[in-house]
Amino acid sequence: MIAIIDYGMGNLQSVANILDYIGEKNIITNKTKEIELADKLILPGVGAFGEAMENLKKLGLVEVLSNEVMEVKKPFLGICLGMQLLADKSYEIGEHNGLGFIKGEVKKLTPEGDEYRIPHIGWNDVEPQRECVLYGNDMSPKICYFVHSFHFDCENKEDITGVTDYGGKFVCSLERGNIMATQFHPEKSQKDGIEMMRKFVKY
Amino acid sequence: MLKKRLIACLIIKDGQIVQSKHFSEFLVVGNAIMAVEHFNAWAIDEIILLDINREKNYDFFRPDVNYDNTLTDFDQLIKYVSKKSFVPLCAGGGIRSVEDIRRYIKMGADKITINTVAIETPEIITEGAKVFGSQCIVISIDAKRQTDGTHKVMKGFGKIDTGMDVVGWAKKVEELGAGEIFLTSIDEDGSMRGYDIALVKTVASAVDIPVIASGGVGDWKHLVEGIKEGGASAVSVGNKFHFTEHSTMHAKNFMKQNGIEVR
Repeated sequence: MIAIIDYGMGNLQSVANILDYIGEKNIITNKTKEIELADKLILPGVGAFGEAMENLKKLGLVEVLSNEVMEVKKPFLGICLGMQLLADKSYEIGEHNGLGFIKGEVKKLTPEGDEYRIPHIGWNDVEPQRECVLYGNDMSPKICYFVHSFHFDCENKEDITGVTDYGGKFVCSLERGNIMATQFHPEKSQKDGIEMMRKFVKY
Repeated sequence: MLKKRLIACLIIKDGQIVQSKHFSEFLVVGNAIMAVEHFNAWAIDEIILLDINREKNYDFFRPDVNYDNTLTDFDQLIKYVSKKSFVPLCAGGGIRSVEDIRRYIKMGADKITINTVAIETPEIITEGAKVFGSQCIVISIDAKRQTDGTHKVMKGFGKIDTGMDVVGWAKKVEELGAGEIFLTSIDEDGSMRGYDIALVKTVASAVDIPVIASGGVGDWKHLVEGIKEGGASAVSVGNKFHFTEHSTMHAKNFMKQNGIEVR
């Protein structure tokens, strides 16, 4: 059973849909008990960082997540904003503290070149940097769907599993122990995304 | 490198896909459910579902294809499509409030598109962007060519002239927080002559957010023109997809052969 954490940000149904498609039981929830009972956790989300942290705090999810992810060490996948929330800090509309599970800061994308529009919307190449759960040992580029204006500036280079070029390279996926995260949306990345979700489910 | 997107736009009326011509003639061309099953197996990068029904008479059933008639409204169709397609889904038509946006997202849409309501109450753009993020708010602009070559914004299914210049409105919606612009030429809609390139070009160069070109595709070369000459980030196809087998694959191959980066 995978718990999809519901904190009022973004389209959670898409994540449930892809898990249904793969045949993995899942529940969209913000209840402590259900999160504790789940085998794996997914933190999706689209939207503003500050509001997301506020919602997590209001719902009492910061403590639950800290415990389940950092102490119990449950397999965890953060998607898009769910990846950025793992950082220590974000500079999106002011300055906000994050969950601090992975060392780094969230900063605005600053592509070099006039042709790069912000937000970065659409399908782009994901270049695996090392063997990891989501890519396995397949180092061939994947094509995934992105929607974001900010990126995770990761402090420990060994946490980085994938990068993407958008007028300069940025970190598009991370892995540190039981914690995995993608800036792109595997649940919206058709076959490459389905493959990654299968790997996470199996892990 | 960021790929150029190929988008399928399904216009839904009374639960059926219709072909639109200049926003005034509508010909039923197929069943929405069947189309979606096909698109997912093919190479489409994104799906836009536009409900142009305002009478709320839904009939998804087609006796010839034996599908269940369990979908009773557009919300249910969004839900159905989102369960079948693992590419971004944008839904529009009939949105009047932030609550409507929330409902479409809850049904499984990743983005929503608004048109008339954005013109009448532009605050909905900012509020929608604040609550759901800019990436979620796609502003649909229906443009009508003027004799002097400029374009005016039309509302209410392209029937009412707002008097606003398209470029000015495009800049305004970007400023208000829109994430993308879905730009349709009323003149070229259903014409098969290709996009209104002058229109796409002026809007795409005036704003920094992505512009989706729409209206008029009759040949795959029009897709290439929309991107190379118009500067669009994505190209939308409606009518042409309904008639050609494996058409998305052909379209993608043609774009690739012409030097466009696609998925």
